[in-house]
Amino acid sequence: MALSLGTAAIILVVLLWELSRPRLRSAVGRARERWSARWRAADPGGYDPGRERRAEQRARALLRSCVDERDWAMYRDLGFLRVWGGLGEHGETRRRGAESAPWGAAQPDGAESRADGVLDGEARYAYLIYPHKPIVAYLPGTGELLSEYCVAFPDDSKPYGSSRLPDSDDVLAKWMALTGDERRLLADANMHLPGRQVDPDRVRRDLARLAQWERERTSRPARASRSAGSVRAA
Amino acid sequence: MKPGHGEIVLAEGDVEVPEQERELIEAFRRELDAGMWAAVPTESRGGRREAELVKSFDEVPRDAERVIFFPRAAGGAPRTTR
Repeated sequence: MALSLGTAAIILVVLLWELSRPRLRSAVGRARERWSARWRAADPGGYDPGRERRAEQRARALLRSCVDERDWAMYRDLGFLRVWGGLGEHGETRRRGAESAPWGAAQPDGAESRADGVLDGEARYAYLIYPHKPIVAYLPGTGELLSEYCVAFPDDSKPYGSSRLPDSDDVLAKWMALTGDERRLLADANMHLPGRQVDPDRVRRDLARLAQWERERTSRPARASRSAGSVRAA
Repeated sequence: MKPGHGEIVLAEGDVEVPEQERELIEAFRRELDAGMWAAVPTESRGGRREAELVKSFDEVPRDAERVIFFPRAAGGAPRTTR
């Protein structure tokens, strides 16, 4: 008797389990979907390529509206921006604050002594600004790399889950900080020897590309005026 | 400037209209209190474009078209120690 009751109970439990399993499974699935939807709503920081692309387009428009036409063309064509060192301004020499300029800082490789007197009457040094990479200081006359300034502009509010500005906004922030208060930016940055984060060979290649780009830009109006004033031979 | 968004217009107004100027000052202070830097795109005497960092609304030139706020600079990679 007990054996038959036990068997019947087991069969009943198995039957009930089999009957309720599909419903349980769908209920668990619905709960999982609700939970993930709630999680997505609470954290909009998931990477959205469309949003990032639109942000970058806005950032490029803002950068273009702020910098010189020539600088914009440089960034558009080469992917970086050159800024002349303001602590010895292009075309004139400002002594104010010269001690904090890259060429005035004590360089472990002795760059200070070589840098002094470079390019009299022109900028003694310049920077290359790359998006989300350190600012690279160099001597325009010799192409010698002086230092890297590691600096970031993190937005801790992380509106979309990331503290990282769009590329062109990062470049614009560096440009504004460098042209607005170079000394303050250098003080906030971490200075390193060249090559710590940015490959020196890449920088040298970029400097060569920049020189080539400038030659082409300079020769373009000259070529245009020559062709405008010339008469084709018949 | 905002991550994932780019440029956002925070406030617009005419500094010659007292009410609008007040709103601009409030927006300016709000951003600086949030730890942002403020810059005004300008032009140097040589005609080159540059920026002027401003720390108070009084420093903003009256004829400035806009003030751009961006997160303050922080050192990137950690310093190497020996």
